[in-house]
Amino acid sequence: MTDQPLENSVARTVRVRRGRALAPSTGGRPWTFYVLAALFILYVVALYGPMVCIYILSFQDVRGGLVFPMRGTSLHWFVDLFTQVRTGDVKGAFSRSIRLAVAVTVITVVISFMSGLAFRKRFAGDSVVFYLMIGSLVAPGLVLGIGVGLICNVLGVETSWYTTALGAQLSWTLPFGVLVMFAVMSRFDNAWDEAARDLGASAWQTTRLVIVPVLAPGLVAVALFGFTLSYDEFTRTLLTAGSLNTLPLEIWSMTLNVTSPSLYALGTVTTLISFLIIGICLGTIARIQKRRAGGPAAH
Amino acid sequence: MHSKVTTRRRQAGWLLILPLVLILVPFFIVPIIGVVAASFVQSDGFGGIIPSFTFDNYRSVFTSALTYQLYWATFKFTVFAWFFSLMIGFWIAYFLVFHVRNPLLALGLFLLCTVPFWTSNIIRMISWIPLLGKEGLINSALVGTHVIGQPLDVLLFSSLAVVIAYVHQLTIFMIVPIFNSMARIDKRTIEAARDAGASRFDIVRLIVLPLCKTGIALGSIFVVSIVMGDFFVVKVMSGGGSASVVGAFYEDIGVLQYPTAAASATLLTIIVSLLVVAILRTVDIRKELTR
Repeated sequence: MTDQPLENSVARTVRVRRGRALAPSTGGRPWTFYVLAALFILYVVALYGPMVCIYILSFQDVRGGLVFPMRGTSLHWFVDLFTQVRTGDVKGAFSRSIRLAVAVTVITVVISFMSGLAFRKRFAGDSVVFYLMIGSLVAPGLVLGIGVGLICNVLGVETSWYTTALGAQLSWTLPFGVLVMFAVMSRFDNAWDEAARDLGASAWQTTRLVIVPVLAPGLVAVALFGFTLSYDEFTRTLLTAGSLNTLPLEIWSMTLNVTSPSLYALGTVTTLISFLIIGICLGTIARIQKRRAGGPAAH
Repeated sequence: MHSKVTTRRRQAGWLLILPLVLILVPFFIVPIIGVVAASFVQSDGFGGIIPSFTFDNYRSVFTSALTYQLYWATFKFTVFAWFFSLMIGFWIAYFLVFHVRNPLLALGLFLLCTVPFWTSNIIRMISWIPLLGKEGLINSALVGTHVIGQPLDVLLFSSLAVVIAYVHQLTIFMIVPIFNSMARIDKRTIEAARDAGASRFDIVRLIVLPLCKTGIALGSIFVVSIVMGDFFVVKVMSGGGSASVVGAFYEDIGVLQYPTAAASATLLTIIVSLLVVAILRTVDIRKELTR
């Protein structure tokens, strides 16, 4: 029993208690369960259904149109997407968006982590920083874009995707990252790093050996937000990316010009990349949690 | 000695928060100040500005009937999107927290709802075209089953399509914070209420709803600020039939009318801020978040 990690037994207690509370003694399901289950299923169908439609339609052959029925099956529109001039520089936009998203992810994780630690204690002006962050989150993206454009104009600086757009995206991903950190930190016991310090660990050792490993799943979640929010960001990037398009800007110009399934093909490709990133992140979180749950038992 | 440690800790706090501030100042505060400043200068009509102080931009914004029409249209979309996303979001969260008995299954279903949030909004929006179009799935199904004789025009490129796209994109912003609030409710409270004879309706009204206030407020902030600041959903899904506040000043930017656009943008920012502050007044959001 002493080998049992405390966390496990707590989790079990919670589960038992929840199980009892959620399942009334009668055991049967109330009628609301069936109504809400139907609502849930409808919601999920409405959530994924349309997306699935465009994935299917993107595999039509050359006769394909924007609506069902499906006309043939081929990879025509995927080839079209990457070879035709009229669809614009999709390949370039892809590579820019991915590089930008990686940069945003790294910066978001590091800064959100530091901010999460800072907000554990009160410091002078903490409320100001907090509401600044909320402000940045809710400010209309295009207004910020206009502002960045105007300032660059005055300063004589060129806007570009890897400078101004990077900053503009960070003003959106960082508040999200810090909010996720708040959720993660609320489960972090300050006694853990105090214990490490009492045992003589330096600040750096405490961070590297205690705080980061404990918060690892949360940091992966922050990375997921950083990458996907940047990769799909549109309004803040629109006026700050300069002359070269990122992928969402490319998609935007395609929605206005292109009326062929290559638009859907682009949707399929970009969603595949998103799913890949989501899968990697959720998989990593699950693996960390599993190792934790199983770790002490293996001793 | 003690005060020295406290001082050092305070400094550490500031060092840790500094990078965040260093991003927010140039990419949030300065641009906002820039927009406000630009709203008080004159345009030379060729994309340049004449450095002088004037209220003309605001006068033209406030005297134009178009401004009021745009705000009316945007408010309408905001109210519809907010109402439907709240209704759906609240009950989905309620279902996951109080009706799904297996916590692991609840988490899995919750993730199922959140996955599309991490994919492209624009793609999710255009994915309604093959469904809602005149020759889309819904119309073909309705005509095929003889429910209607003629395909419906109002499904796509209409206000209805705009609201559908908003609700499709934004319900997740309601589900996550409300789910989070509900999951924190001590189940014993509900048991106690049930033992005391409360009906399930009473439990929702008197316990769940008040304890979800923060979640609802957070979700509302997201939905309201996103719809008010949106222009691409309206532009694509209304097919040009409806305009939005942001869409209008984006057009101004297109014809290099920076000062007018800036005045419009300032007004919008003030209105969005007021709405957010009004919502924030109902809850202590920071206390709840950092708890």
